[in-house]
Amino acid sequence: MKEQLEKIRQAAEEALNAVENGEALEAVRVKFLGKKGELTAVLRGMGNLSPQERPVIGQLANEARAYIEGKIEEKKAAVAAREREAKLKNEVIDVTIPGRRKATGRLHPLNQVLDEITAIFTGMGFSVAEGPDIETDYYNFEALNIPADHPARDTQDTFYINDNIILRTQTSPVQIRVMEQTKPPIRMIAPGRVFRSDAVDATHSPVFHQIEGLVIDKGITMADLKGTLEAVVKGLYGPDAKIRLRPHHFPFTEPSAEVDVSCFACGGKGCGMCKGEGWIEILGAGMVHPKVLRVGGIDPEEYSGFAFGLGLERIAMFKYGIDDLRLFFENDLRFLKQF
Amino acid sequence: MKLPLSWLNDYLKLEGVDVKEYCDAMTLSGSKVEGWAYEGSETEGVVFGRILTKTRHTNSDHMWITTVDIGSGEPVQIVTGAQNIEVGQLVPVATNGAKLPGGVTIKSGKLRGEVSNGMLCSHYELGFEDGVIPGSDPNGILIFQRDYPLGADVMKALGEKETVVEFEITPNRPDCLSVIGLARETAATFNVPFAVPPVEVKALAGGDVNSIAKVTVEAPDLCPRYACRLVKDIKIAPSPDWMQKRLKAAGVRPISNIVDITNYVMLEYGQPMHAFDLDFLEGHEIIVRRAKNGEEIITLDGQSHVLDDSMLMICDGKKPVCVAGVMGGANSEIKDDTKAVLFECANFLRGSVRATARKLGLRTESSSRYEKGLDPNMVVKAINRACQLVEELGAGKVVGGMIDVDNTDHSKVVIPFRPDWIRSFIGADIDDAFMLDALKRLDMEVDGEKMTVTPPTYRMDIEGEADVAEEVARLYGYDRIPSTLMSGQATSGGLTKAQTLRAKVKNTLVGQGYYEIMTYSFTSPRTLDMINAGDDLRGCIRILNPLGEDTSVMRTTPVTGMLEVLARNYNHKNKNARLFELATVYIAKELPLTRLPKEKEIITLGGYGDMDFYDIKGAVEELFDVMGVTNVAFDAAEPNPIYHPGKSADIYINKKKVGTVGEVHPDVCGNYGVGEAFLAEIDLEYVLKCSGNDTVYKPLSRYPAVTRDLAMLVDDAVKAADIDGVIRRAAGNLLEDMELFDVYKGSQIPEGKKSVAYSVTFRADKTLKEEEVNKIWNKVLRSLEHNLGAALR
Repeated sequence: MKEQLEKIRQAAEEALNAVENGEALEAVRVKFLGKKGELTAVLRGMGNLSPQERPVIGQLANEARAYIEGKIEEKKAAVAAREREAKLKNEVIDVTIPGRRKATGRLHPLNQVLDEITAIFTGMGFSVAEGPDIETDYYNFEALNIPADHPARDTQDTFYINDNIILRTQTSPVQIRVMEQTKPPIRMIAPGRVFRSDAVDATHSPVFHQIEGLVIDKGITMADLKGTLEAVVKGLYGPDAKIRLRPHHFPFTEPSAEVDVSCFACGGKGCGMCKGEGWIEILGAGMVHPKVLRVGGIDPEEYSGFAFGLGLERIAMFKYGIDDLRLFFENDLRFLKQF
Repeated sequence: MKLPLSWLNDYLKLEGVDVKEYCDAMTLSGSKVEGWAYEGSETEGVVFGRILTKTRHTNSDHMWITTVDIGSGEPVQIVTGAQNIEVGQLVPVATNGAKLPGGVTIKSGKLRGEVSNGMLCSHYELGFEDGVIPGSDPNGILIFQRDYPLGADVMKALGEKETVVEFEITPNRPDCLSVIGLARETAATFNVPFAVPPVEVKALAGGDVNSIAKVTVEAPDLCPRYACRLVKDIKIAPSPDWMQKRLKAAGVRPISNIVDITNYVMLEYGQPMHAFDLDFLEGHEIIVRRAKNGEEIITLDGQSHVLDDSMLMICDGKKPVCVAGVMGGANSEIKDDTKAVLFECANFLRGSVRATARKLGLRTESSSRYEKGLDPNMVVKAINRACQLVEELGAGKVVGGMIDVDNTDHSKVVIPFRPDWIRSFIGADIDDAFMLDALKRLDMEVDGEKMTVTPPTYRMDIEGEADVAEEVARLYGYDRIPSTLMSGQATSGGLTKAQTLRAKVKNTLVGQGYYEIMTYSFTSPRTLDMINAGDDLRGCIRILNPLGEDTSVMRTTPVTGMLEVLARNYNHKNKNARLFELATVYIAKELPLTRLPKEKEIITLGGYGDMDFYDIKGAVEELFDVMGVTNVAFDAAEPNPIYHPGKSADIYINKKKVGTVGEVHPDVCGNYGVGEAFLAEIDLEYVLKCSGNDTVYKPLSRYPAVTRDLAMLVDDAVKAADIDGVIRRAAGNLLEDMELFDVYKGSQIPEGKKSVAYSVTFRADKTLKEEEVNKIWNKVLRSLEHNLGAALR
C-alpha cells in the first residue's frame, strides 16, 4: 500500500503539472481527492490492514493527502494569477484618446503677470494699496509737485470730467493717499488702471495699467532703490537679469531715473528686441521729492523714501511676445486661451 | 533736440570719443540720446587718395591710367580722362560701389580694355558749385590744397556729412534745448573746458534805438523782460552755406538771412526771437499788453484768431502784431523789401504762453520753449548774438543801444547743502571734493566753506538740497551707486483679507471654466440704448474731452462691455464662450459731479453656446458656496429690460438684492447680433462682506443616514423654492439634505401639472428607527398635499 500511495502522489503531481486552467485543476482534485478519488479509495481499503500497519499507513496516507492538497493550492494561485494576467491583457484601451476634461478658464494675461509681480513684492514685505480711477486734480497733479502750468501735464494727455475731477493719468496719486493714511514705515505697491487720451493703435491705448511702488522709512537711500529693483527684476526675469539706471525727470521724485533691464532675449548683447541696445526700458523711479513727502504729512528731515512705476502692458507684451496692445482689450477667446 | 555734433566745436574740444561712446555717456549723465545718424549729402564711398603713378592709356590718346593709394594697402588702378592731375596730388576717389548725387553708382569695370576700380571726381561730380572747395577746377579733377588722411570719407571731412545726435530733453531742462546747453552738459560729462566765444557788436550804424523806437510793458506780470535792438539798411538774401547747413542738420529749413539768424540764435541759445519790419509798426512803438476781448490777429501761417484778455500780445501803437511767445502776425512780417528790422528778444511767463498756445491751438517751436520756462538773463546775450551775426553776414547795419525793459527779480538763490546728507540720501561714498567739482562743472557758484550753491539762472529746476543731490549723483554716475537692501523696520506686507477673497472669487470662476476679460471703463452712451437701459443706468459721468463718442461716458453697468465681447467672440465663430470680469462701474452721487463718485466692482459673468440658465446660475451658486456665502436666495427678477422676463432671477443675500442672473432679452441679443446669451451681475462688495471665514468643523456622524425618495404632481406655478420650504419646515431638524433630482412634463402628466421628484436624507445623533422616520415622512407628505396641493405618485 505504501507503494500505491507513493504512486498516487507521483501521478497527482504529474497531473497537476499539466494543468492549465481552473477547470482542469478541479478535475485533478476530484480524481485524487474526491469522494470517488484514488486516495479516498486507498483510505477505504485501510480497513483490511492489521492494527500495527493501520497507523503507519494512515499517517502516510494523510501526508500524501496534505502534500497533494498543498500542491493543488499552489497550482490554484498560479492558475488564478495567470488567468488574471490574461484577463488584464484583454482589457487594453487606447490611452491616446483625449481624456474627459472639465474645462477651466484662465485669468486675463495682464492679471497673470500682475499676480506674479504682486507675489514678488508681497514676499518682500510690501502690501497692496488701491485708489480710485476717477481722481481729483489735486491727488493726480498738485500734490505730486505738478502745478497747473507745469509742462509735465502736456505729456500726460488728461481726460477731464471737470476742472477738478479727472481720470487718473498715473497710479502715483495712490502714493499721496497712502501717506495720508499710513505712518511710516511704508512699503506698498498700487496696481491699477490709468487713462490718457491716446488714440488706439498697436502701442497706445486710452486705458492701460500701471503698478506704483512706494517705500518710506528712516534712512532709505537711492542705493536701496537700486537693490530693491534689482531683486524685483531678478524675480521677474531670472538671476542673470541686470538693471541700469539713467538720470531722468519726474516732478515727484528727485533724483529721478529711468530703469532699463538687460535685454531678456539676448542678455545684453544687442538684438532686434532691444533694437541693438542690449537694454530695455521698463520703469521709472526715484527718491520721493521732499515736497511730496511734506504734502503727505511726512517730515523729509526724518524720513526718506523711493517710488517707482511700471507699465503692466509693456511687461506682459515683452513676456509673451505680444506685438499689439489692442489684443488685451479685445478679449478674443483664441487669445485668452493661450495663457 | 537735434544736435549737429560739429557745432559743439565752437565751445569745447572733445577728442578720442566716438559717436557711440558720446551717446552712451550723455545718456548716463542725464541727456538721453534717442538716436544718431549721418545727415546731409547723399554722396557715399568717396575717399581721399594720392596719385602714385600716371601713364598714358595704350588705346587712347587722352586717357590716363593711374594708381592711387587710398589707404587700403594695395594701390588701386583707375582710368581717367582728366588732364589736370599729377603724381603726388590728393584727389577724391569714388571707390567701387560709391554713390554720387543724382543716383549714380560707381562700379569697377574696363575702359578700353584697362581695369578701372573707381573714378577720380571733379567737384561737380560731388555736388559742389564752383569755388566752394579750395582746389576745385572747372576743367578737371578736384585737387585738395591741404592734407587729409588717405582713405577717410571726403564728405565727412569737408563737413558735408554731419553726425546728428537726437536728444530727448525732459521738461525740467529747457536750457538743454540749445546747442550751448548741450555743449555745457557735454563739457560737464567729459570734464573738459567749456567757453562761449565773446559776442561783440560793432553797431556801425551808430545812433541809439531808444530814440527811434519805444517799448512799453503794460503787463510786467506776464513779461518779466523785453529787449529790442534795431538793424537798418537790411539786405535780405539767403544766409551763407555754413549757416544753412547747420540749420538743416538741426532740422530747421533755411529761409533768408534775417529769419535764419533768429532761428540760429534760438538753436544756439534756446532763446526764441522775433523780427519785426519796423516800417509796419505804427508809431515805431511796441506795447506789451493783454489782448482786448474780441480783438483779432492774423498769424504768420495765415490763420485768423479771436483773442481774449487772458492772452499776452505784442502790439504796436494801434494793433496786435504778435501773439507773445507763440507766433508773429502777418502784418509785420519780414519781406524781401524790408529796410529796417526790430529784433525782439523777450522773456514771457511760461504758464501764460502755455495757456494761450492751447487756447489758440498753436503749438510752435517758440511756445514749446517758453512753456518750459526760460532764463530772463539770456535775453541780452541772445539779442547781441543775433546782431553780431547780422554784422558777420552783412545783412544790415546795427543801430547802437538796446531797449531793455527788465522787471526780473535778480535776487540770488542760495541753496545750502550737506555733503553728509547727500551721501546718506544717495547711499554712496561720494567725497566732498567730487561734489564741489561736479557742481562747478555745472556752472554753479559754489561756496565750499559754507557749503552753499547758487545755480545759474537758467537752472530754474534747482530749488533744494535734493536737486543738488541729483546733480552730484548724475555726474558721479548712477551706475557707481551700490545696490543695497533696505534696512529699517520690517513690514509684514501681503494681501488684505478683501484682496485675498477677491482672488478667491476669480479663481473659483476660472475653476468653473470662465475666462477673465478686461474691458474699457468708458463706453458710448448709445450702448445704453442697445441694452434698453432704464433711467437707473442713465446717470453717466461724461468725459469733457473724450477721444470720441464711443468712449465718452463712464460705465454705469458692466453689461455693455461683456455683451460687446460676447458679440465679438460670436462673430469670430468661437463656438462656446464663458467669460467673467470684475468690472468697475462709476456711480455719481450727484450730477454734475462735485465730488468723487462711488466706484463699485461687479462680478460679471457672460456666456453663450453650450449653456442654459441653470449652468450660469449653477456657477453663481458654486461661487457663493466656495466663498462661504450663506442665506442666498433667487427669485423671479423684477422687471429688467436687459433680461428675458421669464428666464431671469434676482439674487439676494440676507434678503438684500445683490445682483441678477438670467438669459439676455432677445431684443438685446438682437441689438448685439448674438443668438442666446446669458449674464450674471453680482455686487462684489456684498459677496466679500458676507463671505464666511469662521468655518467650524462638524464631527462626522457615526450613525447611518436614512434616505427616502418622493415623486409628486404639482401645478406648473409651484416653484421649487416653495416645495423646498415646505419640506424643510415639515422635516424639522433631522433633515440632513434634500435634492431635486427630476422635473418632468409630458405624456402621462396632465396639462398644467408637472412631476417633481426629491431625494430627502435624515440623520440624527443616534440610529433612526423605521417608525421615527415614518412619522416625519408622513408629516412631510401631508404638508406637501395640504400646502401645495401635491398629488403623490
